[in-house]
Amino acid sequence: MNAAMIIGPFLPAYSRILPQSADYVRVLPEIVLSIFGMIVMVLEPLIDEKKSQKVLGGIALAGALAGLMATWLMAQSPGMAFWNTVQIDGFSVFFHILVTAIAAVVILTSYEYMSVQRIRAGEYYALILFGAVGMALMSSAIELVLIFIALEISSISSYVLAGFRRREASSAEASLKYFLLGSFATAFFLYGVALMFGATGSTNIDQIGKTLLAGPIPLLAFAAMAFMFVGLGFKVAAAPFHVWTPDVYEGSPAPIVGFMSTAPKAAAFAVLLRIVFVINVPGKFWLIWISAALSMTLGNVGALVQNNVKRLLAYSSIAHAGYLLVAFAASPGLGTSAAMFYTAAYAAMNLGAFAVVSHFANAGERYVNLEDYEGLGRSSPLLAAALTIFLLSLIGIPMTGGFFAKFYVFSAAVKANMIWLTIIGVLNSGIGAYYYLRIIVAMYMRESRRDVPVTPVPTALAVAIAFCMAATLYLGIFPGETLRYAQDSAQQLVQSSAETPASTAPLIVPATLRP
Amino acid sequence: MSIDNLSSIILTLVTFLPLAGGLLLILFPRRDRDIRIFALVISLLTFAVSIHLPVHFQRSHTEFQYQIDLQWVTTPNIHYHMGIDGISLWLVVLTTFLTPLCVLISWNSIHERAKEFFILLLILETALIGVFTSLDLFLFYFFWEATLIPMALLIGIFGHERKVYAAVKFFMYTMIGSVFMLAAILWLYAHTGSFDFVVIRDQVMRGAVPQFPAAAQWLFLGFFLAFAVKVPLFPFHTWLPDAHVEAPTAGSVLLAGVMLKMGTYGMLRFNLGLFPEQSRHNAGWIMTLALIGIIYGALVAMVQPNMKKLIAYSSVSHLGFVVLGIFSFTQAGLNGAMFVMLAHGISTGGLFMLAGILHERRHTYEISEFGGLASVMPVYAASYLAIVLASAGLPLMNGFIGEFLVLSGAFQARAAYGILAATGVIWSAVYLLWMYQRVFYGKVTHPVNNSLRDLSAIEKIAVWPCAGVALLMGVAPIVWLGAIDPAVQAALTPLTRVASRMVGR
Repeated sequence: MNAAMIIGPFLPAYSRILPQSADYVRVLPEIVLSIFGMIVMVLEPLIDEKKSQKVLGGIALAGALAGLMATWLMAQSPGMAFWNTVQIDGFSVFFHILVTAIAAVVILTSYEYMSVQRIRAGEYYALILFGAVGMALMSSAIELVLIFIALEISSISSYVLAGFRRREASSAEASLKYFLLGSFATAFFLYGVALMFGATGSTNIDQIGKTLLAGPIPLLAFAAMAFMFVGLGFKVAAAPFHVWTPDVYEGSPAPIVGFMSTAPKAAAFAVLLRIVFVINVPGKFWLIWISAALSMTLGNVGALVQNNVKRLLAYSSIAHAGYLLVAFAASPGLGTSAAMFYTAAYAAMNLGAFAVVSHFANAGERYVNLEDYEGLGRSSPLLAAALTIFLLSLIGIPMTGGFFAKFYVFSAAVKANMIWLTIIGVLNSGIGAYYYLRIIVAMYMRESRRDVPVTPVPTALAVAIAFCMAATLYLGIFPGETLRYAQDSAQQLVQSSAETPASTAPLIVPATLRP
Repeated sequence: MSIDNLSSIILTLVTFLPLAGGLLLILFPRRDRDIRIFALVISLLTFAVSIHLPVHFQRSHTEFQYQIDLQWVTTPNIHYHMGIDGISLWLVVLTTFLTPLCVLISWNSIHERAKEFFILLLILETALIGVFTSLDLFLFYFFWEATLIPMALLIGIFGHERKVYAAVKFFMYTMIGSVFMLAAILWLYAHTGSFDFVVIRDQVMRGAVPQFPAAAQWLFLGFFLAFAVKVPLFPFHTWLPDAHVEAPTAGSVLLAGVMLKMGTYGMLRFNLGLFPEQSRHNAGWIMTLALIGIIYGALVAMVQPNMKKLIAYSSVSHLGFVVLGIFSFTQAGLNGAMFVMLAHGISTGGLFMLAGILHERRHTYEISEFGGLASVMPVYAASYLAIVLASAGLPLMNGFIGEFLVLSGAFQARAAYGILAATGVIWSAVYLLWMYQRVFYGKVTHPVNNSLRDLSAIEKIAVWPCAGVALLMGVAPIVWLGAIDPAVQAALTPLTRVASRMVGR
């Protein structure tokens, strides 16, 4: 007598079939990451405190790399899992790789940071892995409730990680602020899910898309879409839900800011992509349009006057969320692939920038102001050169990933005839150049006025920076491979959602709504 | 290697040789002497290779030569497409000619961080050449933006007192100008499916681009704004004096000698090439701005107490001639515009080098600090005179040919513009000769000037080629115009067609 026969009668009809082994393969990265996270947690009290850093960090790194391998295995068996709640396709594989790679780089960056800041806590690494589990799941889940759970897993780890500089009041403030506002935002998302269920009778994204295409669109669906957008807009730090960003980024540990500004964002964008391009609600085009224009403008203008490099990069991340949202207003295929490429390029350059920032920050993060960067071009030329390349990429200068990322996004926007949004975008990227340039100017063109200690770069950090640099330059010089992958998986995503009788109907935005 | 293979890789070679040299230089130990010599060798080698271009150039052919066309990225459809015609040919050679001189002029003046300096200089050379050789709009934009960084760093690190201000101003002006061009390029790609200049031009000429008539004016302006900031045309010129005054000598030479021509080259290639009708429609106000630039630049140059600022404003005036010539849409005007570009590159490059030499000795550009230098530095004074006369447009020197052609073209197009622009020639003689008089003639007013050294051997090698070429261009312009003329004629064909259609209406 097996398990299915015992519990079978008590389960709803659709779950009579118990999970197959393929189902587990399709969440293998999540399983592997969770196991390694738990190993770190269990081992932490058992290991001598002095050695614990190296060992636990090493295990976490091994976990992230194992997660990457698991992703490779997962990619071999695309399809649905667990009663159509998880979908493995090129799209989710892309974000799995991205999130796990980000986790690996952050672990490498944290190695030195933790010992310099004298933070001893194994759960730090475990939380990074658990966060990655949530984010990875977000990208493959197509069931709104599951997405919500994944979102919570990722958010709660981020809340805790934000408060890890326990001796600093600003870090506690960051953690609390992030937690309170974040829970509020997640509640919005959940509310949106509930309303969507009320409007369509389903919480499955594909199902919702089909229902909405088939008949007249109930008013509730509009509200549901708006609520979900608020929740996810908060996670990606898009205006007008961006106000938390500067304070939280300023207070959180620098490597964690690198993590928070890339991985959860990428995951939230993945969810947003699925929702926006599969669920067809008229009017959302303008929602995104306005949010994109606002994010770009407020982010860039806010960054102009910042003196703290972490705050500056926080505003810059708002602006980049805006550029990314531009892709969401474009046509599904091009928009999705452009957004995917952008998240990857942004992750590479922003992680790299924060890796350098976390090294310069030194004990207690004392050196994070613009004046502290003066003369660094002379005192540590290699790190300064690396930071310069990351900043040039953030500006969007040729030869860097940031350039192609912006280029594809705006290209997709022009193709969708959104000339005004493109002009706002390119103007913003022109203005944005100024504040990145201020850091470069400080490093190379000014003499140091403060006594900033120069410490040698440890191997782990060097590896992390070299990896980010290689990725940034690779995406800037040979973008073809990555883009082709993004285009193929975007095509899959769009086609799978368009396989409905009404596929001839305008899928995203009725022509009358376009500017 | 057979000549066929060579002609398809020659442009790649010329473009990327300096970059390869710059990257090799990173590995060098910080011995300034080795670094300088290596940079000189690389830049001379590039010049030598680039001489292949005019020597084997088919003068009668109007299509692009030495073409290479490889797929770089499949989607979007980006090609590594390079090629030159008579318009870009000489601009490439001008760049490769000026760079070794820049290395020489920086020989002793750059003491600190010489390694970074020469690396940036060589990277800058690659980016500048790339702008002139690219035939893919994407590649063009790529190089166009790539010129910004090394130049801004050259100004910001090696400049004078207000260097940071000047570097940031330079960067922001040109960056914001060029993003509009990016938007226009993206529009063209969205509606033609190609970034290839030749493909897009053919589609535009056949009227095969959807929605083109409605958008053409905006696209024209998008391109034009980017180029006008770079030239700089009259209301957009305010970054130029700051950038020049603060830049190190080599930076000024390349900035005035080559970088400003990126703007006029862009107008000639893209504004005229892709939007002939809009060029016709907008010619009126553009020529007016060019005219204002000629006269305003000259008048402001006249009252400058600072030698370098004077030369900078004279560039505004001279580049006004180029724009006037381009938008006169006459054979003579366009030939003249091209010739002024080259002549200005040589003579203003020379003037900046000479000003830099003086600055190295006295650490000032103030004209009032000097006087009577002719007796102290006779060789310097003679070289200076040769280049001043070239710049002022003395017959038999290169400035004259170009300005004469531009003026005759402007007369054919609009006589009033020709007359007013002709006063610019007088003004340029006034401000240049007056400056020359105040610096070199009379008695030595400041005793400290009595001990100034005359030109050193290296400085002679740097300056004299400029004077020599200026004279050569003045007496044998046909060497240059022979390649320019057919290309210009080809560039004018669509414009004449447009004109006849407009008359026919």
